[in-house]
Amino acid sequence: MADEKPHAGQPSPPQEEAAASAGPAAPKPANPAAAKAAAGPAPGHGPAPPSGPTDPPPPAGTQVPAFIEALQAAFPGAIEQVSFWVGDWTVIVSADRLIDVAVHLRDTPGAKFDYLSDVTASDWPPRAKRFDVVYCLFSTTRRERVRVKVRAGDGDPVPSVTAIWPAANWLEREVWDLFGVNFTGHPDRRRILMPDEWQGHPQRKDYPLEGPGELLMENPLDWLRLRVAQDTADIE
Amino acid sequence: MIDSVVIPLLKIVILLNAVLLTVTYMTLLERKVIAWVQSRLGPMRVGPYGALQPIADAVKLLLKEDITPTRADKWVFTAAPIIALVPALIVFAVIPFGPAANLFGKTVPLYIADINVGLLYIVSVASIGVYGLILAGYASNSKYPLLASLRASAQLISYEVAVTMTLVSLILMAGTLSMVGIIEAQREAGVWFFFVQPVAFVIFFIGGLAETNRAPFDLPEAEQELTGGFHTEYSGMRFALFFLAEYANMIVVSSVATTLFFGGWLRPFPNVAALSFLDIIPGWIWFLLKTFVFLYLFLWIRATLPRYRYDQLMRLGWKVLIPLAIANVIVTAGAKVFL
Amino acid sequence: MTTTPQPMFDTDELVINMGPQHPSTHGVLRVVLRLDGERVVGSDVVIGYLHRGIEKLCESRDWTQIILLTDRMDYVAAATNNLGYCETVEKMMQLEVPRRAHYVRTILAELQRIASHCLWLGTHAMDIGAMTVFLYAFRERELILDLFEEYCGARLTYNSMRIGGLPLDIPPGWDRKVREFCGLMEEKVGEYEELLTHNRIWLERTKGVGVISGPEAVAIGLSGPALRGSGVAKDCRKDEPYAAYSEFEFDVAVGLAGDTYDRYLCRLEEFRQSLRIIRQAVDGLPEGPIVGKVPRLIKPPAGETYHAIESPKGEIGYFIVADGKTSAPYRFRVRPPSFCNLQALPRLIKGHFVADVVALIGSIDIVLGEVDR
Repeated sequence: MADEKPHAGQPSPPQEEAAASAGPAAPKPANPAAAKAAAGPAPGHGPAPPSGPTDPPPPAGTQVPAFIEALQAAFPGAIEQVSFWVGDWTVIVSADRLIDVAVHLRDTPGAKFDYLSDVTASDWPPRAKRFDVVYCLFSTTRRERVRVKVRAGDGDPVPSVTAIWPAANWLEREVWDLFGVNFTGHPDRRRILMPDEWQGHPQRKDYPLEGPGELLMENPLDWLRLRVAQDTADIE
Repeated sequence: MIDSVVIPLLKIVILLNAVLLTVTYMTLLERKVIAWVQSRLGPMRVGPYGALQPIADAVKLLLKEDITPTRADKWVFTAAPIIALVPALIVFAVIPFGPAANLFGKTVPLYIADINVGLLYIVSVASIGVYGLILAGYASNSKYPLLASLRASAQLISYEVAVTMTLVSLILMAGTLSMVGIIEAQREAGVWFFFVQPVAFVIFFIGGLAETNRAPFDLPEAEQELTGGFHTEYSGMRFALFFLAEYANMIVVSSVATTLFFGGWLRPFPNVAALSFLDIIPGWIWFLLKTFVFLYLFLWIRATLPRYRYDQLMRLGWKVLIPLAIANVIVTAGAKVFL
Repeated sequence: MTTTPQPMFDTDELVINMGPQHPSTHGVLRVVLRLDGERVVGSDVVIGYLHRGIEKLCESRDWTQIILLTDRMDYVAAATNNLGYCETVEKMMQLEVPRRAHYVRTILAELQRIASHCLWLGTHAMDIGAMTVFLYAFRERELILDLFEEYCGARLTYNSMRIGGLPLDIPPGWDRKVREFCGLMEEKVGEYEELLTHNRIWLERTKGVGVISGPEAVAIGLSGPALRGSGVAKDCRKDEPYAAYSEFEFDVAVGLAGDTYDRYLCRLEEFRQSLRIIRQAVDGLPEGPIVGKVPRLIKPPAGETYHAIESPKGEIGYFIVADGKTSAPYRFRVRPPSFCNLQALPRLIKGHFVADVVALIGSIDIVLGEVDR
């Protein structure tokens, strides 16, 4: 747990934002001392952070489930990859075809994935499309699970599936709040866990574990006044 | 002079002190009874087995800061708890605790006054107490107490109608409005009116629960959903006065139930000579015992039942109890005429 | 109360705040209500007051240390959180867990279910006004916490499972105590039923309140008894059996009407079914090791998985991404059942009275530690 603390006043966030949006070239954030979230005991000179999930293809001889084949038949160009690991099937689609795939998975008789268990994301900063938005689906009638993944870059639009599964409402709000994934068409784009006027997306890999420090609280009294004014306005 | 001034004054002083002391110790009794129902002990630290807890509470409340909201109507704000408490206390003037007793060579009736419209007096004075609630909510100058107090007063007024209807059927049975007269009527009939008018008793008791804002009708005051109800802005002794008023009302309802339905100071089977050995227990002890049973019933119900929602409460009052009470009056009147 | 097309008076909607500090919101939850008279016209649920960043913390904690952090999410049902996490990691590492460990895990999980439902029953009943049930339910919960204390030393945050099994074998005599507890609890559930199930006031307060149909509940992401009350028989113990559930006989309680009363009945029946499972587990407890063959340094191979188990509140899922090199997860995500169930609250309370809002928050059964993480 050797996490070096960023010193107050160190210009880490602007640098990290720049590193994040610069994207592919830098394998590591420029300031190793500020790299918090990449785990464990590796100090600044450890191994390079992973550039993406493994997404192993199904081993030879494994029967691809019928609904995935039906999906591939229905939307030939949509599916970028099919993955299988420890018994879980994952379908990686492109963001612009997500809605079609989602509706197909929800409605076709062989799939009937009516229950959206989870919407979440992982952050792989070295990759161009840094976010992996993951949709975990479950079929209450067929009792099967499948995951749908979408790769998206910082700011890339990902269509919201709230119209298809209303359960996605808060789940996508949380992904927006903590990662900053741009969900288009979401009915209620507000922060959910962090305070409304928070800046930054905490779950990103380049966001320090201890928080942004004094850089956000430039003038704590102003911030406090703003909060008090908002609270009284809310109540009245 | 002695008979007309000193003795009544003495009775008033004794009664007032007794009532206030009882009301204070009712708080302790409530906490203890509810605790025992919930398999715990209740107050145990202050005094032996918690016996001095009410004194500690009273001292605490007297020493608390007396806060008045700045924009509240000061006079009304101060007057509201008084308007709530005083009617609850002056009702005790007509409650008959016992028949005439021999004290110091004088036959002294154990009640302050026996007016021939006793029941009417009780009902009308008790209704004045509702003003205390309304004015408390109004004077607090705050949304939630206002809403809660309006709700509470609507509840009280609705159940007042049902209760008064049952009293009408009682009056038909007894032929008199005087409280002592009703007890005498039960003695002459040889039967407690409960056995003759069970429906009236049930309606009266349920209405009594609603009148005193007790569970399961305590939504206006156990207003956890919003705030503390009409007494949100009150602190210290003023707050205490509301609670004293509530407990005093509880005692009033219990005493009235005892008097009207259970024979007041009469022993069970008053006309059966075989049981005359029970006469060694004086009448006022019977009265207090019966009243105590009703008070215990109030506490028991509070510990057991969930709370009604406001609309269900009003529906119960208007659509169930009032028609039942009116039907009861009609049946009683019919029985009286034809039987 | 009536919605006339042409209201006689000019009325405004009243905005009321059921603030983060509130006796009935079971934690720091803020609900902003828009009322038209007594009826709720709209609402907004504000959460995040208890957000501690557990997901980000776990990215810098060792795989075994994370078990401690999982306790603190749904602190009312900590053993279930532990179980879900350990099972997910075992799935990633394809570890074999001995049968005895599965049985003891099942016993702990079901005891935890009973404890969580005791707390739910007590607080739900108290919100509706039946104060006494609160004390009775907590009295039984104390017995369960005593059992847990004897097993792992803690009453609330157990840290009671390890990857590959359990840290400790059960103390001698513990299974006999569990059996005695089952007998006692069976009577007590009867007592709760006597006090509430046919009580006219309880029926009036809960029947028809917060009705949600099965398909709608599935679409909005409800799980657990809140979903089963609406007639959908989704239970991870039956759909995707884990631990030793496939070896036991038990039923899943499913309601009909989808209102608060049915959710109440479902949970009450779950008491009984959990007791049934515990009895079977204790009777059939096999001998053997309590922890499987686990490498000294836990390092799952690179990859990601999602594994869900049935917590007392609903489906708790863990989505864990390992990168195969560092000794901490790359991404640790919990799918909290309370978070997804709470999403349904605005839909449920719309059109109801203010007094029903508290009943519904209790009926959904949320724990803010899990909602906010």
